[in-house]
Amino acid sequence: MIRIANLTVMRGTKPVLTDLSLRFGHGGITALIGPNGAGKSTLLHAIAGLLPATAGQVEVEGRDVARIRPEERARLVALLMQSDRVTARLTVEDLVSFGRWTYHKGRPTARDREVIAEALSQFDLEGLASRQIDSLSGGQRQRAFVAMAWAQETPWLLLDEPLAALDPRHVRDLMERLHGMSRPGEGQRSIIIVMHDLPAAARYADRIIAMKDGQIVTTGPRQLKMTGAVLSDLFETGLDVVQVGGGDTVVPA
Amino acid sequence: MKPVTLWLTAGLILAALICASVLIGAASLFSGDVDGGLLIAVSRLPRTLAALLAGAGLALAGVVVQMAVQNRLVEPGLVGTPEAAMLGLLAVTLIAPGASMMVKMSVAAAAALVGTLCFMVLARHVPRRDPVLLPLVGLIYGGILGAAALWVAWTTDLVQYLGTWMSGEFSGVLAGRYELLWIVAVLAPLLYLAADRITLLGLGEDAARSLGLNYRQTLLAGLLLVAIITAAVVVTVGAIPFVGLVVPNIISRLRGDNLRRNLPLTAWLGASAVLACDILGRLIRWPYEIPAGTIFAVFGAGLFLWLLNAAPRRAHA
Repeated sequence: MIRIANLTVMRGTKPVLTDLSLRFGHGGITALIGPNGAGKSTLLHAIAGLLPATAGQVEVEGRDVARIRPEERARLVALLMQSDRVTARLTVEDLVSFGRWTYHKGRPTARDREVIAEALSQFDLEGLASRQIDSLSGGQRQRAFVAMAWAQETPWLLLDEPLAALDPRHVRDLMERLHGMSRPGEGQRSIIIVMHDLPAAARYADRIIAMKDGQIVTTGPRQLKMTGAVLSDLFETGLDVVQVGGGDTVVPA
Repeated sequence: MKPVTLWLTAGLILAALICASVLIGAASLFSGDVDGGLLIAVSRLPRTLAALLAGAGLALAGVVVQMAVQNRLVEPGLVGTPEAAMLGLLAVTLIAPGASMMVKMSVAAAAALVGTLCFMVLARHVPRRDPVLLPLVGLIYGGILGAAALWVAWTTDLVQYLGTWMSGEFSGVLAGRYELLWIVAVLAPLLYLAADRITLLGLGEDAARSLGLNYRQTLLAGLLLVAIITAAVVVTVGAIPFVGLVVPNIISRLRGDNLRRNLPLTAWLGASAVLACDILGRLIRWPYEIPAGTIFAVFGAGLFLWLLNAAPRRAHA
């Protein structure tokens, strides 16, 4: 479980998150939605222990995330960030292997190799394994970074706009896979995603957290909380949630 | 190329360069005027080793700095490290002129570390969108430190010293006067042990930390190695610009940045290139010499311009 209590995060003198309290239970996909500058990305970084809290606390599995040693934290929480600016030239396979670094520290075991191979096949990267990441398209690179975070085998998987550079086929592929691995069963992941793709959120999320101006507007099961009224208010433009072919989607109202 | 073939080729090139370096010089080994064995032991071999150690060290320091600031277009010489080391050297020369080489180098290394850390603080405020901006800032920063060093040297009559620290050359290397450079041979294996950690630095602070790296500790340790290597080179043979910039870029372009695989190759290319420049410097105006640093700067500047144009924007951003 992740428990956030009265979290305030400042950037300089400006509060990005103010007095925020939240709980995340295990399993499922939680979509963090809200307009630009709402503090979604900051919240994700704070949960991953990458941003110091000005006040309040983030607990992951009962432990204060600010006090967990980095190599241990990397086995609890994996964060995928926006990846368009990376200096190191690595092959896709090496990059995914670095997802296992906290386990193998440079000497991959048979188990590590197994997970790396599994990650490559899960995210449709087998044909690209020996390509340099800077020679890939934006979408391919994005998938490589998702595979890296997945390979960390953490119970919590935090993804910051993973759909940004993906074409519709890969949006669907990725969301279906994330949905599958967040169902109960062995190796179940709890997934929190920052997303701007509202139709994808309407289709795949189990819960939503709507944020604006560093605060939570509403949170709860997607079916109850993701409504035309909430979205229109959140994004300050007319939006509606409609049923299409057995699933929900979001359309301009 | 297969690893075996690659290393065999690398070894052969290195062996050929070492032979050439030992054989070539103002005096002939076989004329009978001088004791050839003594000449080799006192001058030629130390000189060869100094070039190899300095070259390898500078190339490795270059990799670390590039990964640490996530910019392909910098090296210690472009972030003020040698200038800071010179300031430290001036200080220790003024305060304790009789100090041993080891003490002088330690002070220089400490000053180099402080100078480099100040640049890191500065770098945080430089916009990352254009990768050329950071080396420019570094150039100005290094220029200011260099000017301060020159001013101190002028007012204290130490300009001659400064000259020897600033222009890297190997003609003055004799047995007993270069051994500090063996510190590179001690530090290089340590760096190799940390190869993965340095690669992780190159993925950026957030990514590195989320993958489990103790970022600050790694960064500090890496920059400490850079400072020590740079100080050792400045004290013994003088600064050689561009080695740390060009060599890692060539290796990265050819083989990527998995440092566990590539660090030995980077060290090899740095060592070979600097030795080759030293040999060339001995030959061009024989029996007079051109400093290896000058020769490398000519090639280095050309390669730097090529890098600026040829590198895909994304790769060094």
